Amino acid sequence: MSRQPYVRPLSKTTWYMRNGRYKRYMLREVTCILVAIYCFISIVGLAALADSPERWAEFLAEFTGPGWVVFHALSLVFYLFFMTFDWFKLAPKAMPLQLGDQKLPDQFIVIGHYVAWIVVTLAIFWLTGVI
Amino acid sequence: MELEVMRYDPEKDDAPWFQSYSVPCEEDWAILDAINYVKENIDTTLSYRWSCHMMVCGSCGMMVNGEPSLTCKTFIRSLPDKVRIEPLENFPIERDLVVVLDDVMQKLHKVQPYIIRKDDPPENEEYQQSRGALAKFKQYTMCINCMCCYSACPQYGLSNDFIGPAALALAHRYNLDSRDQGKSQRLDILADHDGVWDCSFVGACSEVCPKDVDPAAAIQQMKIDGAMEFWKQKLGFPGGKS
Amino acid sequence: MQTIQTDIVIVGAGGGGLRAAIAIAEANPELNIALISKVYPMRSHTCAAEGGAAGVKGADDSLDLHFDDTVSGGDWLCDQNVVEYFIEQAPRELVQLEHWGCPWSREDDGSVAVRAFGGMKKKRTWYAADKSGFHILHTLFQTSLQFPSIKRYDEYFALELLHEDGKCRGVVAMEMRSGRFFQFNSPVVIMASGGGGQVFPFTTNGAIKTGDGMAMAYRAGVPLKDMELVQYHPTGLPGTGILLTEGCRGEGGILINKDGYRYLQDYGMGPETPIGEPVLKTMELGPRDRLSQAFWHEQKKGNTVETPWGDCVMLDMRHLGEKKINERLPLVRELASSYVGHDPVTDLVPVRPVIHFMMGGIDCNIAGETRMPGLFALGETACSGLHGANRLGSNSLTDLLVSGKRTAQQACAFAEAAGGSSDDPALTAQAESIVTGIRELLQQSGGDESISGIRREMKTALEAGAGIYRDEEGAATACEKIAGLRQRYRAIEVHDKSNVFNTDLQQALELRNMLDVAETIAEGSLERRESRGAHQRLDYTERDDVNFLKHSLCFRQPDDRPRVEWMDVTITRSKPGVRDYSGGKKK
Repeated sequence: MSRQPYVRPLSKTTWYMRNGRYKRYMLREVTCILVAIYCFISIVGLAALADSPERWAEFLAEFTGPGWVVFHALSLVFYLFFMTFDWFKLAPKAMPLQLGDQKLPDQFIVIGHYVAWIVVTLAIFWLTGVI
Repeated sequence: MELEVMRYDPEKDDAPWFQSYSVPCEEDWAILDAINYVKENIDTTLSYRWSCHMMVCGSCGMMVNGEPSLTCKTFIRSLPDKVRIEPLENFPIERDLVVVLDDVMQKLHKVQPYIIRKDDPPENEEYQQSRGALAKFKQYTMCINCMCCYSACPQYGLSNDFIGPAALALAHRYNLDSRDQGKSQRLDILADHDGVWDCSFVGACSEVCPKDVDPAAAIQQMKIDGAMEFWKQKLGFPGGKS
Repeated sequence: MQTIQTDIVIVGAGGGGLRAAIAIAEANPELNIALISKVYPMRSHTCAAEGGAAGVKGADDSLDLHFDDTVSGGDWLCDQNVVEYFIEQAPRELVQLEHWGCPWSREDDGSVAVRAFGGMKKKRTWYAADKSGFHILHTLFQTSLQFPSIKRYDEYFALELLHEDGKCRGVVAMEMRSGRFFQFNSPVVIMASGGGGQVFPFTTNGAIKTGDGMAMAYRAGVPLKDMELVQYHPTGLPGTGILLTEGCRGEGGILINKDGYRYLQDYGMGPETPIGEPVLKTMELGPRDRLSQAFWHEQKKGNTVETPWGDCVMLDMRHLGEKKINERLPLVRELASSYVGHDPVTDLVPVRPVIHFMMGGIDCNIAGETRMPGLFALGETACSGLHGANRLGSNSLTDLLVSGKRTAQQACAFAEAAGGSSDDPALTAQAESIVTGIRELLQQSGGDESISGIRREMKTALEAGAGIYRDEEGAATACEKIAGLRQRYRAIEVHDKSNVFNTDLQQALELRNMLDVAETIAEGSLERRESRGAHQRLDYTERDDVNFLKHSLCFRQPDDRPRVEWMDVTITRSKPGVRDYSGGKKK
């Protein structure tokens, strides 16, 4: 007459190693570190900009050096594959749109996000003189 | 097919262990059919839950090769020759493949999953509800309470206090139902600790859901609802809690 | 053993049990309700019902029409006072369910939609896509959570009724997770434990449908009524027996044999109606018994299609189109695609008749009262005389609501008058001896019979002797076979000796219940020497209103075959007539 429910422990430190889904999720979350790094770079840059044209030139030289360019490239890849694409795919969940009787298929919302992203990117490139 | 099934009898075992069975399968079988074969022909002591065998009762959820699955809906044609069967993760094991579901039953209760009205319903006739209004909440009515989502959710695994995907999706079902007037009452519970804000949008719940209920969507939408409700109340807009 | 005192015990938390619990809790929140179920309520088999629930809705429909359809559908074995009450209450109950949040499908104007169903002259089947039972069950379960007076005992397996001096005194149940036994003392027990389709080999019914409540009442001396009337649903998937709702045909699906011919017109249900435009009450929308019998004849003629799962006919829904199928029959599409690999949008789907429903059950009246004061029954477990010899599709889901409420009202009054439960040494001794019996069953070893072996033989015997068509020899053989199996049951061994969630023991106890139910089905099949509704005899091919316009009552006799008595059917306004499902006679 003895129940003894057995609890299978879930490790607080290594739970995400359990399957591919969790690992991918953690990679997405880890992009926040990159976000933090780029915040820091932005603050340093703003400070340099506010200081003097020489400081600004130093800042640019530093952060467009070869090492940093590699870092920027890798970060961009990370952002794209583990953050942007994932978040765009998940966007329709948070904002369902309904047209009459039917729910708008998810693709429209996802495509809408990509279109907006491209437009904003092009706008920034134009504003900053890249194009 | 080779089945490796987790066994556990608290009156005999200190910890769960695996038992192997060799099962001759038909090609159109679901994995549940293989498990039933074991019970009928090889080992009658194996305990597990099942009933309808048509994906509506939600009894037969188990881990199949590490993935929370509805075993009557998981066909052996899509599985390798060796299959590991375990009870649903994140739940205590009662016996063999049977888990303790007390916690989620209590959570279902907690979210007040019934029509809450301030006004009386129409007399002797139904509420008018357009097809569009029905379409809004219909997918969230499909939950069969199989609890695969709780198995997939790492937040629930790390902290049992989290109300969890199925219960939250059920709350959202009522929040979206045009006949319900209890949204702000429910949001008090849902937007609280252990409610929607414990969710970090891993999204695993929606991926494993056998009925495409999409609880992750329900939770994110309720985060927005919760935030809007908070500001409505704070700024004293009509539509906030009376 | 722990003793629990309560005012009302409900065995079974499916649609009927939940409806009754809610009705009692609303009427009198002071009454303590113990809702006992061997599974969590949302696992109850109500969830598998697909098509819908009937209730007069349209302006062109009337209570009289629903009455006539039901009584003729039941081949005049219905107790007409019960039918009158049922059809009158039906619309009210369905509206109540809608108020509680049931997601009924809608018309363009926002009102609840109704669809065509077999044997019904007008469209009156309220539906929620093709998951009506599922939504009804979940609506009732979720609504029930509001009432604190409903105390649920989930995964408690009710074992036996307690009774003293012919009065109901409660039940003994086993908590599955711990193996502990509980004595529930109560002046009222409502049996709502569903039917027992698992006694047959091919059935739409889930594993839990083992006739537990019927068997408990039977063993306590209450007769089971009309047990020989078991319904074959014409369109179940071969192999698994999974249900494809009558709604497939309601929406326009047709049945064809191996030559692509719509064979139903040869069996009094013609003339052939245009494809995709079903005419109510003819062809594919004829009553279930006629359709299943037509299959049997086609099979005998060699017109059925051979499939890996046996002989079938084909259900053709291709002309409905993907949009309509996705909107109204999404579950059917998923089931057919997953389990037999045929997508109804593009393929023909093989189907065959499978056991689906028991018209028979615990003998009770219009208010669910049985011969034992304090014992009530409702839903499929009960036989109130509503469905007669053949149930019309979509009447049973409504019956859960109507009989759920009505029986609750009666039970409530009884419980209030009884003023609480009581205990006494004799009752405790009765409970103890029940428990001792179970413990002995668990401990016994050395037997050479297996639970699954006896179960398989019982199923085979019933299918052979009490199938779609029966005869004297076949039914008699089935009776003897079942009697033999009951003897052999004593030599089974429960290999699992654990107290914790012992499903081996559960299956042994369910088998005992199933053998009790099987015995009554076989005996009834033998003794009803006529053909009526779902009970068809090759040796008595006509309906015999002189001798058999009666209900069969099967009384248990320990150590002997059951005793069968007969009880008149209540006729109020519809004298037995001809069941006409041929469209050609219209004019």
